[in-house]
Amino acid sequence: MSKRRSLTEAQCVSLAQKLLRERLCHQKLPDRPLALDSQYKHLLELLRRTAVHGESNSVLIVGPRGSGKTMLLGCVLRELMSLKEAQKNVLLVELNGLLQTDDKIALKEITRQLHLENVVGDKVFGSFAENLAFLLEALKKGDKSSSRPVVFVLDEFDLFAHHKNQTLLYNLLDVSQSAQTPVAVLGLTCRLDVLELLEKRVKSRFSHRQIHLFSSLSFAQYVDAVRAQLSLPPDFPDPKFSDAWNHSVTKLCEEKSVEEILRRHFNSSKDFHRRWCADLLEASRLISADSKAIILHGLSILELCLIIAMKHLNDTYDGEPFNFQMVHNEFKKFIQRKSHSIHKFEKPVVMKAFEHLLQLELVRPVDSGVCKVQREYQLMRLMLEHGQVMEALQRYPQCPTDVKQWALSAFA
Amino acid sequence: MSHQKSFQYADLLSVLERVVDIMSAPDQYSYPSVFIYGHRATGKSHVVLSIMKDLELPHASVDCVECVSSGLLFHQVLSAFFGPDAAALLPRCPSLSDFVRLYKQMSSNSPATQTRYIILDRAERMRDMDFSLLPALLRLQELVNDNVTVILLSEIVWEKFRPNTGCFEPLLFHFPDYSKGKSLVQILSWDHHPSYTPELYASYINILLGVFFSVCRDLRELRHLAVLNFSKFCEPLEKGEAKESDIHKLWKNIEPHLQRAMQTVYLREVSSVQWEQQQMDEKEATTLRVLSAHAHIELPYYSKFLLIAAYLASFNPARTDRRFFLKSHGKIRKTNFLKKHEKTSNHLLGPKPFPLDRLMAIFYSVVDSRVAPTASVFSQISSLVTLQLLSQVGHDDQLDSPKYKCSVSLDFILAISRCVCVCVRLLDLLALSLVIQSQVVRQERSLFTAVSNLHLL
Repeated sequence: MSKRRSLTEAQCVSLAQKLLRERLCHQKLPDRPLALDSQYKHLLELLRRTAVHGESNSVLIVGPRGSGKTMLLGCVLRELMSLKEAQKNVLLVELNGLLQTDDKIALKEITRQLHLENVVGDKVFGSFAENLAFLLEALKKGDKSSSRPVVFVLDEFDLFAHHKNQTLLYNLLDVSQSAQTPVAVLGLTCRLDVLELLEKRVKSRFSHRQIHLFSSLSFAQYVDAVRAQLSLPPDFPDPKFSDAWNHSVTKLCEEKSVEEILRRHFNSSKDFHRRWCADLLEASRLISADSKAIILHGLSILELCLIIAMKHLNDTYDGEPFNFQMVHNEFKKFIQRKSHSIHKFEKPVVMKAFEHLLQLELVRPVDSGVCKVQREYQLMRLMLEHGQVMEALQRYPQCPTDVKQWALSAFA
Repeated sequence: MSHQKSFQYADLLSVLERVVDIMSAPDQYSYPSVFIYGHRATGKSHVVLSIMKDLELPHASVDCVECVSSGLLFHQVLSAFFGPDAAALLPRCPSLSDFVRLYKQMSSNSPATQTRYIILDRAERMRDMDFSLLPALLRLQELVNDNVTVILLSEIVWEKFRPNTGCFEPLLFHFPDYSKGKSLVQILSWDHHPSYTPELYASYINILLGVFFSVCRDLRELRHLAVLNFSKFCEPLEKGEAKESDIHKLWKNIEPHLQRAMQTVYLREVSSVQWEQQQMDEKEATTLRVLSAHAHIELPYYSKFLLIAAYLASFNPARTDRRFFLKSHGKIRKTNFLKKHEKTSNHLLGPKPFPLDRLMAIFYSVVDSRVAPTASVFSQISSLVTLQLLSQVGHDDQLDSPKYKCSVSLDFILAISRCVCVCVRLLDLLALSLVIQSQVVRQERSLFTAVSNLHLL
């Protein structure tokens, strides 16, 4: 009892913060993944069959970014390793398509993780061919009853399909099809068309088993999930604090404005990787801000006039590419006819402003890198939409009225 | 906190609070990656690095422009966190896999008590490195299983970074720009000269911003210009012609000088050393040796005519040659010039290639004396190509009918034609060609008669 009371308010807050940060920023594995029960059972059953009964399997987990593939796999592996039979036997090899960008590197990594005999410390000896032969021999020597099952996890599976000849994939799936060491090949990918990337011989050795993670949450379930993420677990040291916290979180989620924000997020993306700052409104404004429009606010008046000139060119000529001479021509027409506040600038000064826009990548050349044409005549495109320009203009600080009028007029 | 002392303006304070929020409680996990974007010279690197130093957080700061290969990046990160011995363990051409493996090893030996930060400045260069580097660094926390956060600083918005199949989305932060009134004047006033009052300097800054603010908002450029021109501003004060309160007089003195600066120093046509020297010599005439060829390139006599002929050949369509350059072309038929859309005016589209024969034909009609087609005339064409005033179009193998294009601007041609004595006709021709190109020709029949009369003169 006295221990609980000794935790002050500040300590409770910091402990709560630590827990929430671990959960949200570090993506700590939950006890049970949300709304993925059938997929969870399916995967667990498959892996159990490999680990306990010695059956070779291959499966692909497919789902968009942020749908919980790694989380699902993590939970399943955690439960698998808690089984007594699996704990002692199963060897786990984890590969990532972003890190192992080549078959040679991937093979060295596998050899290292399996602690085969040609690894001393950290260095793997031998050439690619020797390593491959060694690995295959090691895998082929075993059989169902006497050798340890190996689970290969290939993250970013689609990147492995871009390796030369898809050697690694071919060999792994070949081993999984023949009656040798029990091997489970798990691929995680975000591409739905991943099977189209595989060669015919690789595809035929694949078992075509796919687990799809399409987030099928309704809005009410989504709000529940948010509330569960923000609530403190029941084993928090100070139960009074955690009760008060959970109560306030529940009330927060029921508020109208918060519900609106959550609905907007729900409609745009079902990604769970969202962070909740102290002020939810501020956070939602930050997340949905248009970064290009924000960048437009920091431009000088001359650069803004050039953008408006380009917008007029786009409107008149239906989006055909333009060059600097045309933009300068439009700008000169504006200066001569309509402008009071902006005086004439020399052409090199206007060119420097145009090059600044090029560096910010608001304007891009149509065929990048072809330098046969003079700089002033190189064709470009504007990377902004009509609506973005008009919106940015409305919020531009201290914009001269004649510039605004020019932007709004239909005929330059 | 000490870093707050340096920033006394409200613009940045809110951003500072948000950034510090993310980094607070260093013994807890922070979001795996943060992307901070904003215009150049708004203080992104300065603020982030000052926070790191003041709070004494373990960090590795890398400028991506220096990292020609990804191995350099890995080396810098490992040596910043684990010392140079750890970096020496990297193999010769380290791959990302080697880096992650080594990092995991090192961090298991010395686990992070505080969040480690990797700061990548000018992160837009990372898009040109290995394709997997950016997505891997964005989720580095997950890959190495350590308390590390990657902060990316860039001028370019996040949408242009995202790889094709997506990646882990970082937290986005915008660094606001300075507002003219409060912050910019304040920062620029920090450089004030000790022998003059800050108010005088502030009024000087206001004049400077009045000229340059609508063109450029880059703090670095404005500081450079302020420092260069201050001595000229104070000249009347030193000579005793004006007092510190005579702002109007000082303004009248400095304003034409600033306009000249915009055309030379701002464009880097002259170096700052030359600019300062010119101020000291007090030469009013603009005898500045500028970088661009306008003022000082010297061409031989016939080369000038060749260049003018090349310009006319590039920018006038071939069908108008007869009209302009033949002395007697008979009746002027009112040809149906299509209503020229302004966009397709040749002056906007760029120079067109022309064959050598056409160039020589125009040259003979333009030059004032009889010229024999000797090798010296033809060799001048080759020298013009070497000087990059003309450019050769098409393959080098085409010896019998080479094609060229004029690569100089109208200002240059006008400058040259002024030097050539018998040039009134030429100027008229040029002016007429301009006029004809840009207007609806059908109605300008009178102009055609004017041109033909010119030839008969």
